[in-house]
Formats: sequence, C-alpha cells, structure tokens
Amino acid sequence: MLAGVLLLIFLPPLVAKDLCKDSQDGFKVRLSIKTALGDDAYEWNESEMFLFRSTLAYAMRKQTKQDTYNITNILVCNDTQRVSFVFVVTSPDDPDQLIPKEQIEQAVRQNKHRINNAFLLSDMTLEFVGIPPTLAAPIIYDTEPWLIVFGVVIGAVAVGIVALLMSTVSKKRRAKEKAAGLSEEDEGIVKENGTALSGLGGKEGVYNQTFSNDNRFTEL
Amino acid sequence: VDMGGDVSEAGERPQWDNKAQYMLTCVGFCVGLGNVWRFPYLCQSHGGGAFMIPFLILLVLEGIPLLHLEFAIGQRLRKGSIGVWRSINPYLVGVGIASMLVSFLVGMYYNTIIAWVMWYFFNSFQDPLPWSQCPINENRTGFVSECERSSPVDYFWYRKTLNTTPVIEDSGGLQWWIVLCLFCAWTLLWVCCLRGIETTGKAVYVTSTLPYLVLTIFLIRGLTLKGSVSGIKFLFTPDLLNPTTWLDAGAQVFYSFSLAFGGLISFSSYNSVHNNCEQDAVIISVINGLTSIYAAIVIYSIIGFRATERFDDCLSGNILTLLNTFDLPEGNITESNYEGFLQHLNSTAPQTLQELQLKTCDMQTFLSQGVEGTGLAFIVFTEAITKMPFSPLWSVLFFIMLFCLGLSTMFGSVEGVVVPLQDLNILPKHWPKEAYTGLVCFVSFGLAIIFAQGSGEYWLALFDGFAGSIPLLIIAFCEMMAVSYIYGIDRFNDDIKFMIGHKPNFFWQATWRLVSPLIVLLIFLFYFITTISKELTYIAWDPQSENFPALETKSYPDWIYAIIFILSGVPALVIPAVALFRLIRKSCSAREEKHTGGDSISHQTQIPDELDRTRSLH
Repeated sequence: MLAGVLLLIFLPPLVAKDLCKDSQDGFKVRLSIKTALGDDAYEWNESEMFLFRSTLAYAMRKQTKQDTYNITNILVCNDTQRVSFVFVVTSPDDPDQLIPKEQIEQAVRQNKHRINNAFLLSDMTLEFVGIPPTLAAPIIYDTEPWLIVFGVVIGAVAVGIVALLMSTVSKKRRAKEKAAGLSEEDEGIVKENGTALSGLGGKEGVYNQTFSNDNRFTEL
Repeated sequence: VDMGGDVSEAGERPQWDNKAQYMLTCVGFCVGLGNVWRFPYLCQSHGGGAFMIPFLILLVLEGIPLLHLEFAIGQRLRKGSIGVWRSINPYLVGVGIASMLVSFLVGMYYNTIIAWVMWYFFNSFQDPLPWSQCPINENRTGFVSECERSSPVDYFWYRKTLNTTPVIEDSGGLQWWIVLCLFCAWTLLWVCCLRGIETTGKAVYVTSTLPYLVLTIFLIRGLTLKGSVSGIKFLFTPDLLNPTTWLDAGAQVFYSFSLAFGGLISFSSYNSVHNNCEQDAVIISVINGLTSIYAAIVIYSIIGFRATERFDDCLSGNILTLLNTFDLPEGNITESNYEGFLQHLNSTAPQTLQELQLKTCDMQTFLSQGVEGTGLAFIVFTEAITKMPFSPLWSVLFFIMLFCLGLSTMFGSVEGVVVPLQDLNILPKHWPKEAYTGLVCFVSFGLAIIFAQGSGEYWLALFDGFAGSIPLLIIAFCEMMAVSYIYGIDRFNDDIKFMIGHKPNFFWQATWRLVSPLIVLLIFLFYFITTISKELTYIAWDPQSENFPALETKSYPDWIYAIIFILSGVPALVIPAVALFRLIRKSCSAREEKHTGGDSISHQTQIPDELDRTRSLH
C-alpha cells in the first residue's frame, strides 16, 4: 500500500525525467552569461531556470495561440555547470505526449528576440542547438549611400571643369584684346643675332634664358 | 632682351608660383602608394633592420644621383623628356618616347587603383561598414556561402568590388560600378591637371600634405590600440640576411623615386635655371626615405592590432569549443591556462582533442598575412578598421590618404605623357593644354575599361608586373649612359656649375659614371633572368578551388605572352628602333637633297653649342 502510494507520488517526476532524457523532441540549450555580460553577469539558479521555463511556455502560447500552456509543460534535464541543459515540451492536454520538434523550433524562432531580451543575451550567447538564428533583415536603402557620395563628387568635379574652362576662355579673350591693342608696338622689336638662332622659332624669336634676369634661386 | 613673351605662347614655358609648389609636386610624385604598401612589406619580410640598411645605402648610391641627374638635365635643357633627349642627341629621342609610353601604361593602371580606392571611399559613409559583416542568404538562415568560407572583407573585395572571375581568360563582363568610379577618377584627375602645373601646383598643397596628417592620426590611433607594439616589433625583428635583400632594396629605391617616367625632368624644367637642384635632390630623397619608414611604422602598428584581435578571436573560439564539449563552466579555461589545459587533454583524451579540430592560433601567421599591395589596403587594413570604434571615420580618413597619395603620383604620370606629346608635334600646335590633358585622360579612361572587367584585377597585376618594371630600368640605364658618355660628363659638370655655382663633387662623378648604372644594370639582369627562367603565373580567387579561401596560383594562357611582350618589349625596343629610324632617314635625305635650313636635325644638334657660345659672351 505504502509502496503504491509512494510510486504514485514519485512516478510523474520520474516519468517526466524519462520523457526529457530519452526523447528525440528535445533541444539542448547553452547559455554564455559571463561572455555576454562580463562583470554584470547574474548567477544561474533555480529562479533563472523558472524564468526560462516560463518564457518558453509563453513562446508556445504565442505560437499555438493556446492559452493552456503552463510552466509545468516545460521539462528540463541534463543540467550542467556550463549552463547548458535539455528541455522538452509536453502537450497541455496530455502530459505524456511531447510536442514535436518542428513546432518547438518554430515557436522559438519566432520569439527568439523576446527570449533573448528576457535574459539580456543575444543569439550568440543563448544558443538553441539545432535551431539556427533568424538573422536580422539586411538594411535596404532606397538609394545606396555610395551613389550619393559619388553624385556629390562628380557634381563638384563637373563644376570645377566648367569653371576652369570658362576662366581659360575669358583669359584668352582678354589676352586677344590686349594683343590687338599692343600690336602696333610689336613692330620695333630687336631681332636676335641673325646667324645663331634664326633657324629656330621664326618671327617671334626665342627667349634666351642665358641672359635672363631670373633670380638666382626659385623663390619660396 | 625682353621679347614681350606674355603675348606669344610659343616660347613661354610655365613656371612654378613658388618653390614650395615645386617641392610638394616632386614629393607627391615620389611618395605614392608604394611607400605605404610595398615598403612596409619588404621591410617586414626581409626583417626590419636587415632591410633598412641596404635600403638606406642604395638610397644614397642609387636614388639621389639619379634624381639629381633628372633634375639637372630638366632644369638646364628646359624641356620635357622628349625635348631633353632630342637636345642631347636626336638619336636618343627613343628614350623620351619610351618614357612617355611607360608613363601612359603605368598611369592607366595606377588610376584604376585610385578608382578602387574611391569605391571604398564612397562606401565608407555608412554604419556598419559593408565589409564588416557577411550578407545574408535568401532564406535568411545564414550567410552567403562564399563569404562564410572566407571572410567579409575578402568577400567585399573579390565579389562586391571586383566581381572576379576564376581565370584571366574569363572576362566576366564590365562591372558598371567600377566603370563609374573609373570615370570619376579620370575626370577628377583631368580637373586637377587641366592646365598643367597651373592647376596641379594648387592641388598639391592638399594632396601632398594630407597623407602625412592622416598617417600621424593613424599613428596616434594605432599606438592606443592593443597589440600595436607587437606589430612594430615584428616590423623591425631582423631576419636572416640574404642576397635578394639587396636586390629588393635596390628595386624599391628605384621604383619609389618614380625615375625614368619623364615627369621629374618636366617638373624641374619649369624651375628657374639657377635653382639649386643638388639640394632639392637630396632633400626629396631624404623625405621619400623617411616617409617610407614612417608609413611602415604606422601600418605595422595597425597590423599588430589586427593580428592581436584575430589571435584573441581564434583563442576564444577554441576555448568556447572546449567549454561546450566538456560542459565546463565559463571562465574555467582562460587565455592563460589554455595551453596547460590542452596538454592535460592531450594526455588524457587525445582522440577527443583530434575530433574537435581546434584551429591553430599563431600570432606570427596573423602578422604576416596578406600585407602587401592591394591585399594590405583592401583586405587587411579594412578589417582592422572594422574592429576600431567609429569605423566609418577611420575608413574615410584612410581612403582619402590613399587617394591623395595616388593622385599626386598621377600628376607626374600625366605630365610625363602630355609634355612629350606636345614636344612630338604630331597634334596641332594651336591646341590648348586643356585639350592635350583632356585627350590623354579620355584615351586612358577608354583603355582602362579593360580593368573594369571581371578579370580586371588579373590584368592590372599583369600591367604592374611588366609595364612598370623592366622598361623603367632600361630607360634609367640609358639615361645615365646618355648623360655621362654621349652628352659628356664634362659638359654636364659645366652645366651644373653654371646653374648652381659649383662643380659637382667626386661623389656625383663616381655615382653617375659607374656606381648607379652598375646597380641599375644588376637589378635589371636579375629581374630579366628571373622572369625569363620561370613559368609566369598569377594568383586567382577561385571559389571552386580546393584551397579556397587561399588564392590559387594559375599559369597564364599562351596569348598572354604576346601581351607581356607588348608591355615590356615595346617601350624598351622603341629606343633602338627610333635611333635606327632616324639613321635611315638621315642617310636617305642626305643622299636625296642638300638641306638649307628650317627645322632639320642638324640645327637642333647645334643648340647646345650655340648656348655654349653665347655663354662665353656673358
């Protein structure tokens, strides 16, 4: 009689443990609290485990849209010092039946962000072995930033080219006007030694640097 | 006698506004990307101090004399490279043409590197930087496989920037974003070179000084990062001295000074004739050498930081694997007891240890990874930048620095093409300078499109290896022989005495006549023999290869040898070809008619003599 009563009391947790240990539908979880938080790391204890189980129950609730999931549906085993353990989820309707792996995976993936935040961890530091993290969507720009900078630079270059070309044109025009004004004075220019350099430049002659009045050194 | 030269354009030669412009332009031309990514690598691979000594010795014996030579002939004869060699001896015009060709070919691919720098610069204005993380694949379960297997920086460089093909034969089509960047680079170059030294002289105030500012900022930033000192120590750790150290040092000195391009001759021709070119040569050489050493220290402090980060990551990864396998609490294995733990594990459970396949974390390997050329700038350094706080800022600064270094070298390159083109008189004389520079930039841009293909990087490496190496050595050797023996060292000494007031001393005589040509000849023979003797290969990025992500060595297809011959051979063979052509033409015209005057060859050879005569009247 007493044995029967004792068996009845201790059976559920034993059965629960077997459900957890032997099942194929369990996931291993690994937490790296010290890596994530350094000095602010909290200690992993029963209360933290309670929080974990409740967040998972929450995730199952959200995913199946059934409010019947409770913390008792989340069974945990293989606790290690690493802070890693295995968990399984039992159905709220039948405590002996386990929820299949795919469903748990979906629930976790959809709510990973909330689970991470509950523990102040990230996808790297709160690992569900076998469930790849859903990576954040890549930032999509309307216009690629590089095109914007490119446009700015090309615009500046175009302005520079136009400005310089226009200044050249106006300089030439001014020089032509000046030349027209000076052309009468140019008639009396002395020619260089007829023999030596006559073959070279033609009518204008050549500026003979040897006799230049250049300063001795190029000035700073 | 004053000729009212400001009205006539034919005789007027541009002049520097002030000495500072001239010095900054020459320093900018000499100090280029090679100072930042070639010298530090050579320094480290040959072992710091063991490389510096040959480098500094050859700087004095090879670099300074050659520089002084180019400055002196430019300043005295007051023409660009073709005009100068024509003045010395009309048969030597080939040397000037060879310089022009080499300047053109090198300028083509050098500006492509600047286009790549601009691409990275444009992409630096976002946080997080696009090369800091791998892009996500379609079903958002993981990262793109090519990126996962290599690294985000590798992926961004080889896939997002170059979109490389696995082999050089595979063209891969034009990458439009690179074409845009090329267009930007060439138009920006044109704006700065539009009116020759009038515009470049202003631009160099920024492009030649900004790199030093940025290097200093990076030095301060680098020294405050963890692991930087280990990088600097690695740089200076001496290695075994081997004979190739001297050859590499000699080659580095030679290429670093941008000799034989014709640009330096051109720049010094705009100086006043009594400018002290001897002093300038020494000052610029010293600045160039010191900049190389300074840049090496900065680069290696950052490399030390990156290597330390990589090492720490590697170690943390291994520790995590161990913790996970044995379910030990965090903090049980740290960096300090890692080795001890491994040994304990090795003795107790060697099988498990092997199955784990822990990565080997070796600082030396990380320090010597990919640290020269484009690999340094676009892979190693960009990775280091992503690990710094405020990465976009450092990225922008770094690529502005590279841009300025490259652009100021391009000024010299364009000068080395435009001025000989004007001297050759094949285009209408009334064309303004703007048209010449525009034409050169446009044609170069058109041809540089080959580097915008998928296989562009392989083409660029080809150009870099063959167009910018052997021909330059030949031209420099011919320059020295021409000045020392054809023009005559005595006449040259007299010219210099006229310009700066005293005859060049014994050091210059010895180096110009014997030492420097010998060094250049030795380097040339070494390069020639090594190139001829071995099979020519290139390294390719091939995701399909077994050793991926390591680069794979592939051999060139046969038709590439024709291209190599064109790149290396044509500029070199132009020198004897033009001399031969002139000889034939002269003997033909002498036979056909008696000349009377005009611009035949004999009048031009008389110019130096006439200058002699007029000088004696002074």
